[in-house]
Amino acid sequence: MAIKTGDENFFTRVDKGINNEFMRKAVATAQGRIDGRRRDSISSLGDWEEWRNHAEEIRQHTLENLDFYLEQLAENVEKRGGKIFFAETAEEANEYIKNVVSSKNAKKIIKSKSMVTEEISMNQALESIGCDVVESDLGEWILQLDDHDPPSHIVVPALHKNREQIRETFEDKRGYKKTSNPEEMALFAREQLRKDFLEAEVGITGCNFAVAESGSISLVTNEGNARMATTIPKTQITVMGMERIVPTWEELDVLVSMLARSAVGQKLTSYVTGLTGPKDEGDVDGPEEFHLVVVDNGRSKILGTQFQSALQCIRCAACINVCPVYRHIGGHSYGSIYPGPIGAVLNPLLGDYDEWKELPYASTLCSACTDVCPVKIPLHNLLIEHRRMMVEQEGKAPFAEKLAMKGYAFAASSPSIYNMGTKTAPSVMGPYSNNGFITNGPGPVKLWTDIRDLPELSKGKDKFRTWFENRDKGGN
Amino acid sequence: MSVVKTNNKDKFLNKIANSLGRERKTEGVARPKWKHQPQYEVFKGMNQDELLEQLVEQCDRIHTTAKVTKLENLPNVLKEVIDELGGKSIVNWKDPRFDEYNLNDIFEEFSNEEGNEFHVWDSTMFEENMKIAERANIGITFSDMTLAESGTVVLLSDKGKGRSVSLLPATHVAIIPKSTIVPRMSQAARKLHEMAQKGNVPSCVNFISGPSNSADIELNLVVGVHGPIKATYIIVEDK
Repeated sequence: MAIKTGDENFFTRVDKGINNEFMRKAVATAQGRIDGRRRDSISSLGDWEEWRNHAEEIRQHTLENLDFYLEQLAENVEKRGGKIFFAETAEEANEYIKNVVSSKNAKKIIKSKSMVTEEISMNQALESIGCDVVESDLGEWILQLDDHDPPSHIVVPALHKNREQIRETFEDKRGYKKTSNPEEMALFAREQLRKDFLEAEVGITGCNFAVAESGSISLVTNEGNARMATTIPKTQITVMGMERIVPTWEELDVLVSMLARSAVGQKLTSYVTGLTGPKDEGDVDGPEEFHLVVVDNGRSKILGTQFQSALQCIRCAACINVCPVYRHIGGHSYGSIYPGPIGAVLNPLLGDYDEWKELPYASTLCSACTDVCPVKIPLHNLLIEHRRMMVEQEGKAPFAEKLAMKGYAFAASSPSIYNMGTKTAPSVMGPYSNNGFITNGPGPVKLWTDIRDLPELSKGKDKFRTWFENRDKGGN
Repeated sequence: MSVVKTNNKDKFLNKIANSLGRERKTEGVARPKWKHQPQYEVFKGMNQDELLEQLVEQCDRIHTTAKVTKLENLPNVLKEVIDELGGKSIVNWKDPRFDEYNLNDIFEEFSNEEGNEFHVWDSTMFEENMKIAERANIGITFSDMTLAESGTVVLLSDKGKGRSVSLLPATHVAIIPKSTIVPRMSQAARKLHEMAQKGNVPSCVNFISGPSNSADIELNLVVGVHGPIKATYIIVEDK
């Protein structure tokens, strides 16, 4: 799928989002529910701020010493009979994975949910050599069946779909005959995918956190599909973003505890699985061969910069679940597999400002994201930093903002011109006014009024300067 | 077909060191003394009875049936559970604890009943084990460590302790010796850390908290997806 999910421009995507009432309702409900569960689940942990502080210090220490811990991981993976490959680019990762798959003459691949494999377009790479790649996470499977509809949320990828749409997809693609009852549909997925699990020659997973001290990888899941993908096929390939690592099992505990709560409001998910190398001698189930692919794909250029804290991310989506902008425009508007505040921070870093210039502005800077982040990424500050970088170094502020700022610079350069401007504005804007609000403004104002109404500019008495002078004289 | 000769490690790690603005670190990094350690405060100072109470309470939240029994009554309770789950076919770990807890008789009785299938994981039978587990109604395991806070049984894989037993059958029964209950994941993680120091972490460590589930359709919780549809814990007062 790659990071970018389509070619439409930002405003077209936002328009579609804003006008999709079902999606907006679904997102609002989902945000309320998931964040509610998150809050309930953290209340039982005692001092949540202490947990956040601890998680932050773990992530910071690990990133500062990332080369050391990855080397330790590599040694331990090899010690346990696994193979590790370091891929600087998506192409290198896919090349390695294709090689492993071809060397097994494998045609059927079962996958559990993994953002990094989406990021590197691994499925397409494997399909290009004739493999059948089956997504086994229920949400991902629904999207895959629906002609690769892009995900709109990193934890609940099919959040934008209602049950009737899902039932139709099942009927069209797999001849499903029953109702849109979620239980019936999940049972159908169980039956359908069971065959795929049993037939698959290679299982591919992501990795929530690798454990350096033992060369282990961990998978945090609820459905059991990742366990299936690592129990039945003879070959396992695990793909991880290079920053997803902890020093020891003790730090794994802390981050998994916070991930489960922040992502889905559970104390632990149904399954937390720690896998070390291929199966042990004498073991019956589990893979005979284990490959770990560590992916950079733009991450190393974030290290050592003012954006390094973005790599602390554990992909819980808590920031997405509280974001008022995401609530209104939905996941697809971001145009990336990484939506919401973390997406707005991450996409311009993994890609560039040319491609993602609008995203740092898709935020009200309310800082709700920063407040919920379990690893204390200062998300809204990083968004401001992006804006600063774009304006200062790259000159890439949105055109309307540039124009407005130029006009403002001219007007503000002389008090008399400025005063004239603020006095004449109400009459200029008058024709656009509707009951005290401007609902369809001209020029640069249009971008604003397409989304919300602008209060009509007042004639004289409520103007800031007038108000301020009045206040000085004892008014309010 | 091309064979990958190098794992590209040095180039990759040098680049990271370079981004971090320093020489590559290959040794001398130790975990710092962490400033914050809130995880050991949870359920601190609780005795086994109090932890048991927390565990049972949590089971309710994770759609898991919990039964508590004295050692001498365990066979009866297990029999009852097997009946409740519809019997028919059972796959067990090959685990000395079945013998220690006097459970052999009820399985013998079960397998003598016509139409029932009973299998004990047998590594000499290779993949046949998985086929049997796949069609089994009930998989039975023992908990190696049990987490009160999250209602979790920790299963350590081994020759006789196949991963499939807690995964492929329609239902999972875990027998929990009360002495294995600890406050939360932190205590189990410490144990695994100690095992890692000695280089003997098992190839698969499963933290299992109830039946499989999903909320991917309109955020409606559906219990039972790819893993077992039902989970039952039998907590036995072993000491």
